[in-house]
Amino acid sequence: MFKTLHEKKGLQLFIGFLIGIGFGFCLQKGGVTNYDVIIGQLLFTDHTVVKIMLTAMLVGMIGVHILKSKGLANLHPKPGSLGTSVIGSLIFGVGFGTLGYCPGTVAGAAAQGNLDAIFGGIVGILIGAGIFAALFPKLRKGILQRGDFGDLTFPRLLKVNPWIIVAPVAVMVLCLLYWIEQTGL
Amino acid sequence: MNFLALERWSPYAAGAGIGLLSCIAFLLSDKPIGCSTAFARTSGMIEKLFRGNKVNEKPYYQKFLPVVDWEWMLVLGIILGAFISAKLSGQFRLEWIPGLWAGAVGTSVFPRFIVALIGGVIMGFGARWAGGCTSGHGISGTLQLAVSSWIAACCFFIGGIATAMFLFKLLFKG
Repeated sequence: MFKTLHEKKGLQLFIGFLIGIGFGFCLQKGGVTNYDVIIGQLLFTDHTVVKIMLTAMLVGMIGVHILKSKGLANLHPKPGSLGTSVIGSLIFGVGFGTLGYCPGTVAGAAAQGNLDAIFGGIVGILIGAGIFAALFPKLRKGILQRGDFGDLTFPRLLKVNPWIIVAPVAVMVLCLLYWIEQTGL
Repeated sequence: MNFLALERWSPYAAGAGIGLLSCIAFLLSDKPIGCSTAFARTSGMIEKLFRGNKVNEKPYYQKFLPVVDWEWMLVLGIILGAFISAKLSGQFRLEWIPGLWAGAVGTSVFPRFIVALIGGVIMGFGARWAGGCTSGHGISGTLQLAVSSWIAACCFFIGGIATAMFLFKLLFKG
């Protein structure tokens, strides 16, 4: 029933903008647009980042799978390979720990006045993305294809109903959050 | 409407809000929330200013056209949303040096600028290599139970923890 809405290009850009406003608002209110909070997570002194990510993932996972089972949403899992998902993500992590913001929170940090996020972070990410675009023709036939597994999801990998995975993952996330609270972090 | 002016929300409230927005994005736009592609497109747009339409011939920009799309508008929205939030709580202020950095390294601007720039270059490069970032893989991908995203999210944190530990426990102390 939302098919016609999905095809309205101009309106879609506006919806993306509105969702972005809500997302940026939540990121700033949650405190993750701060360098200290993100680095605190990586040094295990502040668990705000993990609490926000796990809660978002939990609510989103249940919500999206309900929408999907009612025929109101389609999944769009990203394809991956060991070459992209492991090596690329480790490189990302090194940058993440060095910069102290990620691509979403750096935009939020810039908006709250953090000049290191604007002149260091955003400029750097644009340069890094440009370098990747330049090297892409060389990389795509080699390392990026190593251990390719496509846009696989765990329910398809294990050939089970998605809820068989959603339920235990939800319980696991809740236990993890409870444990983090209990240890007082 | 007092809660809109609070400095901080509980991480569970902020997280639940992001989770709901993810659902809305799937429902209304048939799209997962993500951020890093917008940076790649912008990089292409900037390159076009200097090199013109030749940039469109690059294989990477044929895959990700250097144009304003849904995700680009999302990132623009993040900037406005975070700005409104910071303004409402009186937290908006221009600042070069974050507190943790000041305590470990000092308050001169240049070292922070250079390290942030290097970090940004590595992260921008890594995000495109991995095909996503902390939102696209870390939240939107994991909630879809995508294998690539669960591996990516773990590796983001392994790389991030190792790097932050190295910087703050070894390098800045030396």
